Formats: sequence, structure tokens, C-alpha cells
Amino acid sequence: MDLIFEIGSEGRKLSLLPKCDVPEVKVPESQSRKTALHLPHVSENELSRHYSKLAKRSHGVNDGFYPLGSCTMKYNPKVNEIAASFKGFTGVHPLQNERTVQGSMEVIKKTEDTLCEIAGMDAFTLQPAAGAHGEFTGLLLIKAYHVDRGDTKRTKIIVPDSAHGTNPASAAMCGFDVVSIPSQDDGCVDLDALRGAVGDDTAGLMLTNPNTVGLFDKNILQITKIVHDAGGLCYYDGANLNAVMGIARPGDMGFDAVHINLHKTFSTPHGGGGPGAGPVGCKEFLKQFLPGHHVAGDENEGFRYEIETKSIGAVKMFHGNFLVIVRALTYMLMLGKEGVPEASSNAVLNANYMRTKLDDLYEMAYDTTCMHEFVMSLEPLKHKTGVSALDVAKGLLDYGIHPPTMYFPLIVEEALMIEPTETEPKEVLDEAIVALRALYKEATDNPEALHSAPHNTVIGRPDEVGAARNTVLRYQWTD
Amino acid sequence: MSLLFSKSHEWVNMIDDTTAQVGLTDYAQAELGGLVFVNLPEEGDDVVSGEPFADVESVKAVSDVFSPVTGKVAEINEELLDAPEKINEAPYDAWFVKVEGITDKVELIDEAAYKAYVSTLSEE
Repeated sequence: MDLIFEIGSEGRKLSLLPKCDVPEVKVPESQSRKTALHLPHVSENELSRHYSKLAKRSHGVNDGFYPLGSCTMKYNPKVNEIAASFKGFTGVHPLQNERTVQGSMEVIKKTEDTLCEIAGMDAFTLQPAAGAHGEFTGLLLIKAYHVDRGDTKRTKIIVPDSAHGTNPASAAMCGFDVVSIPSQDDGCVDLDALRGAVGDDTAGLMLTNPNTVGLFDKNILQITKIVHDAGGLCYYDGANLNAVMGIARPGDMGFDAVHINLHKTFSTPHGGGGPGAGPVGCKEFLKQFLPGHHVAGDENEGFRYEIETKSIGAVKMFHGNFLVIVRALTYMLMLGKEGVPEASSNAVLNANYMRTKLDDLYEMAYDTTCMHEFVMSLEPLKHKTGVSALDVAKGLLDYGIHPPTMYFPLIVEEALMIEPTETEPKEVLDEAIVALRALYKEATDNPEALHSAPHNTVIGRPDEVGAARNTVLRYQWTD
Repeated sequence: MSLLFSKSHEWVNMIDDTTAQVGLTDYAQAELGGLVFVNLPEEGDDVVSGEPFADVESVKAVSDVFSPVTGKVAEINEELLDAPEKINEAPYDAWFVKVEGITDKVELIDEAAYKAYVSTLSEE
């Protein structure tokens, strides 16, 4: 299909933008452009059709099943959008006088309080805009805590080898050295390896629980104790919170700081730029380091902004992605105290349903009851037929199903990681089970066809290696 | 030349008693798939046997490459930085580094033993 720069004609335009209602400012000559900006020349009709075309070529939760492991691609309820479109939320500015935005401030406070309750934390910042941004913020809190006590030799962050790649990356971004520890055969933390890794240079540990293979680490209290006894802090990556929300709390497991992906667990838009939100929570002793403004007060005395005494500074402007926070709070209030754990229970049920309907055919990396997701190893299939995890993932596209996460976690060969989420009905799970079983048969009967799958999609098998080797990241202008 | 192999899938071409070229085996490049990026050490860097000295990135993942020898990097194959596909195309020509002053090695096996070792891996 044509790109937007390739359609339309010179001089065509549309009138979607409102008139400028502030005085124009002359840009100094030295800073103004010397050549005209490349802009699309399209009518409103052309623009509208262009985006409709793009939408038809995409696959979102609204189009079909999206079992992308570790990403919690759950349905985003429409009521979230209704709340986020209220004039009182869309027509305000963060620099407005506190007295005029009490409702928005109440949303912030309520969200902070509710997340505290779910995570077992004492305070939250809503500034971080993504999960990795949350990790970075949480690690800055840990760093600030050690530095504030004058304990500057704590330079190491321990990360299990099953962790999300963002964990070591965030630690490195914060200037920490990363210590990787091996997982046990059951995918859980190796306690002896952890004991061997901690010391007076340990700043902290980063962990998800349930872990990246979809299992709840039963030794979690021992794990956090080992780190605490060595003087380190424990950071909870909330990527997998959808398995345990309202049931088990990171704070009770011994974690000191946590991030929560609102775009995963709390049903705000995910993918395509979101925007996301990765609020960070912490225990009372870390609260003094939190970034940005948070909201204090209550309905009776009024809400007010406060800044912490030893704040690490802002990690994003104002209150993060505020309308995303409105959506997440709407979701939490709609589900309520009973609905939140029920959603998690159903997420776990759906994952186990799929797992047990597939485990006679596909090898499960861990042959045990899972949490909200499970990992299959296609190594035996690949050995037998030459059909890889990639081939099966691509084959699913022909069934109108978004592929699961592939080749992650790294500790499982030829991994496919499936997370159905709680918002899929049984019929959808059954269709996916039928599709995966059919693909297994196809791999045996006609492996060649799967090597070139998908066959019925707009784009066939892209040359991923070629695309990565010869990157074209922007439009190539001829003038 | 007769190559020696490590069980972490690097090949070693001993030029003399203390100098060698090091690269990635055919089995390793096939397992990794199409490589899109390679990160090499700098000349003069120390490498330690059994420790990572480079990494390679495929569309699947980033993987460490472990040094089979302890010594100092005398030369790097700069060609690979712009053309990592050479590792896939001709793994035994695509040397990563030349190491000199070698004082230690991991357990190295000959081609026949390495082939036998690799066949046990794919049977798992």
C-alpha cells in the first residue's frame, strides 16, 4: 500500500486543526528552517481512507485472539474510554490552580491508594510512562536509598537469567553492574546461587513473580530475606501481576519497590504506542525519594500537591499519562474488590485450560500447573520435522490469531509463550487449541508449507534478517 | 589448518603456540539464525577463557560469545562489524579476533570429537 507521502497532490489540505488562539511568535532567523517541511498533501477523505486501510492491515485485541505471553493483551473495556473522554479530564491543564482541578487530583489520589492496596505498598508515583521506565525509576529509588545512607559500595543488581531483557538494561542505565544468576530446572530462583551472589556490594534484586515461565516462585519469602539480610533491596517487576492481583501482594512477598504496567494488568491501551503507564510503588522508607508531585489530602480538607523532601526529581512531566490513569482507575472501580482477584483467577484458569488441551502434543517446558501463562518448547518438533517456533507462530497468522511470544524466555529452547488473559471466552480458546493442533499435524505432514507461512495474510513471510541488516527507518525523499 | 573447538561452540585456529584466531562454529551460527549485529572487543583488550568477549545478535536474541583462550586481543575482524552475515555464510572464515600471548585455554577438542558432541546435543 502507498505511504501517506505517496498519495494526494500538492496543495490539497484539510481543516481538522483549530485556529491558533494565541499570539504568533516570530522565530529568530538563525533558528528558522531554510527549506520547507515535507508534509503530506491530502484531503480529509484521503486521510480517513489511509488510516482505515492501515487499520485493516493491523491486528489488535478488537480483531481477534492476541495471546502474546508476558504482555497481557486483555480487552480494554469501552467504559474506560467513556470516563477518559469526560470534559473535566480532557479540558484541564496540569498547571491550573489546585482549587480548580480537585476532581482530577482525586483520581490521582484514588489511583495511588488503590495501587498501594493491590501491591501492598505505602506510596506510588504515577509519572513513569512504561514498564521499563518504571524499572528505571524504581532502581533510582534503590540507588538514592543506599547513597543517602552513605553506602556507596552497593553497585550490583542481581537479575535471574530468566528475566525480561529490560531488567538488566534498566540496571545498566542506572549505572549498576548486573549480576546474572542461573535458574533452577523448574525455572525458579536457585537459592544457593543467590546466596553466593549477594554481599555488601549488593544494591538489590529484580524479580517477577510469577516468573517469566509462568510459575509462582514458592521460595519467594526466602529469596527476599536472603537479599535483605545482605543489605540489598528487592524490586518487583509487575509484568506478571495479572496472575495474582488481589490475591498475593508483592509487598507481602518482601518487595520494597514495584512497578505496575497499567497497559497490561489494568486494561489500558497497549501496543502501537499506548501510551503506557508504569506507576512505581514503594514501602514507606523509600517514599521520601519518589519523583514528581503526588497528591495528599482528602475530599473534606481538599487535595493538594506535595513534593518529597529527597525526591530524585521528575522522571516525566507532571502526572504521567493522566488519561491512561483515568482509564485504569475506571477499570479497578468497575471490577471492585471482588472483581480484581476474580479476573486473575480466570486468567490462570484460561491458561491452564489451554495448556492441558495441548500438552499431549506439544512439549510443555514445565509440566505443572501454571499461572496466567505457559511456555511450550518446540525443540522436539523442530528436531523431528524441521518446523521451528517461528514457523508455527507464522502459521497461526493464517488462522487470524496473533502469534504468542517467541524465543522468550531465553532459558527455553524454541519457546512459544502463551498468555490467553481472562477476557477470552472458551470458544476463542478452543479455536486457538484447534489451530495449534492443526499446525502440529501440518508440521509433520507438510513442513515446507509452514516454512513459508503465512499464506493468507496481506504480507507473507517478511525477510526479518534483511530488514534488520539494512534498516530503512524513515521515508527516503528524492529531493 | 586444523581447527580446535570449545563446547560453547567457538573455534580456535592456533597460528603458533601462543597466538590464535577465534570464531563461531557452523553449528552455533545455524542455531542462532541470521545474524544482524556483532559486538567485538577492542585491540589491546584482555580476554579470559570461559568469559564472554563478544556478542552476536540475531532476530531471535542477543547471545554472548565466550573466549576459548586467555590472552590479549591483537587484531579484530572489522569486516564483520559491517557485514555480520559473513558469520552465517562462511563461519570458519569469519574470525572474530586474533589473540596473542595465550596463557590458558578451555578444554578444546578436535573436529571429530566436536561433531560427535554436537550430535549428542540435537538428540536431546
